[in-house]
Amino acid sequence: MKTRINLYASLLAISVLTGCSSSPVYESESNTTDIDNAVVKTAEVESADIEVVPVVADTATVFYFDFDKALLTDESRADLLEHAVALAGNSRSVRLEGHADERGTREYNMALGERRATSVKEFLVMQGVAGDRIEVISFGEERAAAYGSDDEAWRLNRRVELK
Amino acid sequence: MFLIKRMIILRQVVVLLIALLVSNSGYAELVIRVTEGNDQPTVIALSPFDLNGLKINEDIIDIVESDLRRSGLFRLIPREDMLAFPSNATDVYFRDWRLLGAEYLVVGSLSVLTDGRYELEFSLLSIDSQKVQFTHKVRSSATKLRDLAHSASDKIYRSITGIRGAFSTRLAYVSVIREGDDFTYRLKVADADGARESLMLESKQPIMSPNWSPDGKALAYVSFETGRPAIFKQNVATATREQLTDFKGLNGAPSWSPDGSKLAMVLSKDGNPELYSLDLESGELTRLTRHFAIDTEPTWMPDGKHILFTSDRGGTPQIYKLKLADRSVKRITFQGNYNARASIAPDGRTLVMVHRSSNVFHIAALDLKTRRLIELTETTLDESPSVAPNGAMLIYATKYNDKGILAAVSVDAGVKYNLPAKIGDVREPAWSPFLR
Repeated sequence: MKTRINLYASLLAISVLTGCSSSPVYESESNTTDIDNAVVKTAEVESADIEVVPVVADTATVFYFDFDKALLTDESRADLLEHAVALAGNSRSVRLEGHADERGTREYNMALGERRATSVKEFLVMQGVAGDRIEVISFGEERAAAYGSDDEAWRLNRRVELK
Repeated sequence: MFLIKRMIILRQVVVLLIALLVSNSGYAELVIRVTEGNDQPTVIALSPFDLNGLKINEDIIDIVESDLRRSGLFRLIPREDMLAFPSNATDVYFRDWRLLGAEYLVVGSLSVLTDGRYELEFSLLSIDSQKVQFTHKVRSSATKLRDLAHSASDKIYRSITGIRGAFSTRLAYVSVIREGDDFTYRLKVADADGARESLMLESKQPIMSPNWSPDGKALAYVSFETGRPAIFKQNVATATREQLTDFKGLNGAPSWSPDGSKLAMVLSKDGNPELYSLDLESGELTRLTRHFAIDTEPTWMPDGKHILFTSDRGGTPQIYKLKLADRSVKRITFQGNYNARASIAPDGRTLVMVHRSSNVFHIAALDLKTRRLIELTETTLDESPSVAPNGAMLIYATKYNDKGILAAVSVDAGVKYNLPAKIGDVREPAWSPFLR
């Protein structure tokens, strides 16, 4: 369903389409304003199937963080050591999804979620897991685990999920 | 420097929108509530326009009244207090309006042209000087009478305040509806008053960070539809869309340069979040920052020579200014331990941002000349400020009864109104540029 074309052609296509579909509102030099027929059209998303990889070791797969921090707790380290051992015995790839609580700005929280997931990845790599088996993705504050605007919900949302 | 190899146009679908259809029946998802107004508003009377018996599907006078009221700068004389309803400047008895305390009066009449379009001829009269400030004609088709009304509001607003009106502009925003673990994200565009909401994109995966092209014809945004964040651009009128990036890691915070030729963005493909600039014509990608800290949320200064961004290179998130000529970086904010997501007024002087004080996230304005910082909002969890193209108001996202809503505030904090959504959460508003 996807058409690959080069940049120049795509830009040209857009400019042609734009040119055909709408003429700008025209304010004449006289005391008259003419209004155009501006419209909005809907595009369609072709969602990718997202693969869910099974859990690697029988221990916690969610690791929590302090506000605006990406430091692993002792508890998280202990759990991640078990995961590292399990990963050494198989060839699975894992996905680390980083999240933030709702406070602060959305794009900063995207970066923060990535920083948290990366700190989990670095810990696993230090334990001998090959970096290319670990994918890091941040959802920032877009996918809350708990709802509500209180300390408990925020604590549960500042997390990395290993999948 | 890199070349983007993959440029994809996804199949566009020409769909007549449900949203467009329902808007014709008067339904709008966003409903305005004015919460605070100016202390000394200008008193204006809008004599009901003479419709000459024409049956139209929009209440033009109500749209103009709502526009002026929403600006917070006007107090409107109630219709029941009016002694007469003149529709022509020559029929106005100035004394009648002076007795009511009116400073200005608007009169007008609607007619139909030979091509079937409508024409509103209207005049603004100054009561004190007993003069016609202007007489203007605005024309539209029957389906664009809201645009006609907003255009009239723009003209009146500009004549009285000296500031260009932004009533004919649009808002883009993201709405999210959650049912259990199932999410529906929608990228929407509506008029600045929340009416005529239209759907641009719907996805089960997050949609983020809409940003208008400077000509108002396209939006750049982040969509997770591929399973990962990627930057897209989409033409508003045609729904033609292109995936611009597909890098490992973050692909976020797109921001169009004032001349429309480049898109600043955040990529973490080289290890951690850095600012890049994508030349939209050549596809050339240029790295702008080089720091192990988080660098994100770029926004261009109106001069096109500097980019403001958020970085935690000093330990906490603060606003920095990047000079493109030599890539030098200067810290801009010092007050408070969380300042992020800058949006700059068109004058290049007033910076608005998310600012934390006493553990609460507000919208604050920083005057870049005087260094004076004022908190504009009193609610909590306020974010995503976006300044109107005339610099008079800004729109932002906040929470009300645990629901995400949009709210607007004037840059001096004197005027406030909410646009609560009826369904779901609304977030990340982006105010369009002037559309003509």
